Amino acid sequence: MRSLILAAGIVSLGQSALAETPVLSVLTYDSFVSEWGPGPAIEKAFEADCACDLQFVGAGDGAALLSRVRLEGAATEADVVLGLDTNLTAAAAATGLFAPHGQTPDLSLPVAWDDATFLPYDWGWFAFVHNRDFAAPASFEALAVSDARIVIQDPRSSTPGLGLLMWVKAAHGDRAGEVWAALADNIVTVTPGWSEAYGLFLEGEADMVLSYTTSPAYHLIAEEDDSKTAALFDEGHYMQVEVMGKLAGTDQPDLADRFLAFMLSDAAQEILPTTNWMYPAREPASGLPKGFETLIQPGTSLLLPAAEAEALRGAAIEEWRAALAR
Amino acid sequence: MARGAGALIPLAVAAVVGLVILASLAAVLGHGGAASVSAADWAAVRFTVGQAAVSAALSCVLAIPVARALTRRRFAGRQAIIALLGAPFLLPVITAVFGVVAIYGRSGVLNRAFEAVGLPAFSLYGPQGVVLAQVFLNMPLAVRMMLNGWAAIPAERLRLAGALGFGPGAVWRHLEKPMLATVLPGAALAIFVICLTSFAVALTLGGGPDATTVELSIYQAIRYEFDLPKAALLAAVQFGLCAAALALTWAATGAPGFGAGLDRAALPPAPRGWRRPGDALAVGLALVFVASPLVAVLGRGLWHLTDLPPQIWQAAGRSILIALPSGVLATAGALALALAPNRWAEGVAMLPLAASSLVIGTGLFLLLVPPFRPGALALPVTLAVNAALTLPFAYRALRPEALALRADYGRLTEALGIAGWARLRRIILPRLRRPLGFAMGVTVALSMGDLGVIALFADERSATLPLMVQRLMGAYRMDQAAAAALVLAGLGFSAFLAFDLWGRRNADA
Repeated sequence: MRSLILAAGIVSLGQSALAETPVLSVLTYDSFVSEWGPGPAIEKAFEADCACDLQFVGAGDGAALLSRVRLEGAATEADVVLGLDTNLTAAAAATGLFAPHGQTPDLSLPVAWDDATFLPYDWGWFAFVHNRDFAAPASFEALAVSDARIVIQDPRSSTPGLGLLMWVKAAHGDRAGEVWAALADNIVTVTPGWSEAYGLFLEGEADMVLSYTTSPAYHLIAEEDDSKTAALFDEGHYMQVEVMGKLAGTDQPDLADRFLAFMLSDAAQEILPTTNWMYPAREPASGLPKGFETLIQPGTSLLLPAAEAEALRGAAIEEWRAALAR
Repeated sequence: MARGAGALIPLAVAAVVGLVILASLAAVLGHGGAASVSAADWAAVRFTVGQAAVSAALSCVLAIPVARALTRRRFAGRQAIIALLGAPFLLPVITAVFGVVAIYGRSGVLNRAFEAVGLPAFSLYGPQGVVLAQVFLNMPLAVRMMLNGWAAIPAERLRLAGALGFGPGAVWRHLEKPMLATVLPGAALAIFVICLTSFAVALTLGGGPDATTVELSIYQAIRYEFDLPKAALLAAVQFGLCAAALALTWAATGAPGFGAGLDRAALPPAPRGWRRPGDALAVGLALVFVASPLVAVLGRGLWHLTDLPPQIWQAAGRSILIALPSGVLATAGALALALAPNRWAEGVAMLPLAASSLVIGTGLFLLLVPPFRPGALALPVTLAVNAALTLPFAYRALRPEALALRADYGRLTEALGIAGWARLRRIILPRLRRPLGFAMGVTVALSMGDLGVIALFADERSATLPLMVQRLMGAYRMDQAAAAALVLAGLGFSAFLAFDLWGRRNADA
C-alpha cells in the first residue's frame, strides 16, 4: 500500500513539473482515445497551433463518462467532456457542472440544434446492419413478423441499446410495448455492449445487428469489403448525436472554447468520419469521404428532445424488460 | 521471527484485504442518496443464484470422473491434458464466450454437423448456454482442484489399500470419498461465487433480460441512475449470498485425516474391466469439450497475429508488469491466511470473490482521486485490486494441503521448536510446493487477463492488454482483437504453465 502511494506520488510529481505549457484535459470515452479512434489525429492537429498540451482521458463508454463526471463532481481536473449523447445530456446538464458553450456554428445535422450547453461534434442514424445478400425487412413490424434473427444491446449497459429503446418509443409511442413483445422471438440475444453484439453478427450468429447506417462504411473503406449494408426502415431512423460540453470549473476556459470551436472546424471534422465512423456535425468543405455516398439515406430522422428522453428512460426500460420476459 | 509476530501476519493480510474491499464498499454506500431495490433486482438475484448453483454443481459432478481417471491412469499426453485444463479458466471472458459460440453457436461446428445429418439445431442462447459456458470455464478448474486432493492421499494409504485387497468400491468408501469431502465443498464454493459475479457470460449468452445478474443491476445503478447506495446495497446482497454459501460449505466439509506419509510416489489402484474404457471415455469427452473452443480461439486469432499494431506489445509488457507482483502478493497473502488456524481467515480469503469489481473501482476512485490523478493510479490500483481479487483462488489451492500440513506436522514442528523462517523454508515451502506453483500460476494469469478496474482509471498511456482487446473490438477490428486476445491468453497460459510445472516438478506422483 505504501509503495502504491509512493508510486502515485512520483508520477503526479513528474506531471506537475511539466505543467509550464497549459494543459487541456478532455474526458472522453475509451474508444475515442484509442489508437484506432479519432483521439491521436485530433490531438496532433489541435496541438499544432494551440501552444498547449491536449490530454485525452478515457473513461469506459458513454454512460461511464457521465458517471465519471458525477463521481469527480466540481473537483474534476477535466476542462471538457466529449462523448455524451442526447439520451444522457439532460442528466448531465442537471449536475450543474457544465457551462454554456456560447457558440453558433453552422451545423449540418438533419435536425435543428438549440442546446445552449452541449455542442454536437458528430452523429449517426441507428440501423440494423446485415449482409447484402440478406433480404432485410423494411420496418419494425415487418421485422417482427419475419423470421429474421437480430442481436441487440442492453439499454441498461449500452448507449446503442438505449438508442434502440428510444427509436421504438419515438416511432411507435404507446405501442412500443407491443412492438417489443412481437420482436421477442426475433432476438437471438441481448449483449452488454456494442462490440459483443457486432462480433456475434460477424461470426454469423444473427442476420442483423443493431449498429449505425455508417457501419458498412468501415467495411467498405478500411477493409475494401462491400458485403455489408444497413436496412432502411419506413418509420424513420433514430439518431445518436454525440456532444461535447465545457465544464464550469475549468481553469482553461479560453482554451476549452478554442477546443470546442476546433472540433467543429474542417481539420477535426475531416478526421471523424473514418475514425469514429459517424457523420460530421458540420460537413467540411471537402465533403464526405468517398464511400459514404453508398450508405442508405433515411427519409425521416427521429430524435426525442433530451428532457423527454430522460423522463422516458426508466419506464421505457421497464416496458422493454416486461415485454421480453418469458 | 517470534511466534507472536507469525500470528500477526494473517491479521495484517486480512486487514489489507478487508480495507480494499470493505472501505471501497463503504465509500460507495456513503455517497448519499436513497437506496431502493426493485422487484426486478430481486428477480436478478434469483437468476444469479440459480445459474451459479447449477453451474457449480454440474462443474463439480462432471469433474469427479475426469479427475479420478487422470489420477489412476498413466498414458502418453496425460501431463499435457492436465496442463490444458488450466486454460479455459484463464481466458479473457469475452474470448472464451466467442470460443464457445464458434462450437455451439448458430453457425458453430456442432450445428453445422447437426444440419448435415438432419438433426434439429441446438440453441445456445438461453439458460442452457449460460450454464454450458460456465461449465466450460469452471469444470477444468474443479478437475485441477480435485487432482491436488487425490495427490494428497499418502502413498502408504494406497499401498495399505492394495495389501488389504480393496476393490474400487472400497477405495471409494475409505479413501476417495473422505478426500472429496474435504476438497469438493471448497471447489463448489469457489465456482459458485465466480458464477455469481460474472455478468458478461450470462448477459451475452442469456438470450434476453431474463438473464440479468446482480452485477448488471449494479452496473445500471452506477452508470445510468448514479444511485451509488443502491449499487452498494446490491454489492452487499452479493456478499450475503457468498457468506451463506461459505457457511453451507463449512457445514459440509469433512476433516482431513489421512495422516502423514513418507512422500513416496504411488499410483492409486487402476481397476480393470469396464472401468478402463470408462476412464478413457471420461478423459476423452473432457478433452473434446475443453479443447474444441480453445482450438476455435486459436484458429480465429492465429492468422491476424501479424496485423497487430506495435502498441499491443507495450500493453503486453504493462500487463506482465502488473501480473507478476500481483501474483506474488496474492499467493503470499493466501499462504498466510491458509496457514492461520482461525476460521475467520477463510471468510476473509473468500471475501474478494464476491466483490463487484465495479463497486471496488468506484469506491477506490471516491477514496483516492482527490488527492491523486486517476491516470497516475491506473497501474498501482490495478495491481492492488488484482492481487486482492485473485487471492481467493490461491487460497482455495493452498487451503486443503495447508490443513493437512497442520494436522500431520503441526505438533512435531512445535515440539521441535521450528518456527518463523525455518518453518517456512524447511516445512511449509517444500510440502506446499505443488499447490504454491498452481496458486502462483493461476493468480499471475488471472491478473493478466482481468479487466478489473483499469478501465475506470486508464489514460492513453496506461492501457493494458485486456483494455487493448476491448479497444480493438470497439473500433470494428474484431480480427485484430481476436489476435490480441490470443496473445493475452498465450501469455497468461505460459505464465501459468511455468509456475505450475515448477510446482509439480518432483512433486507429482
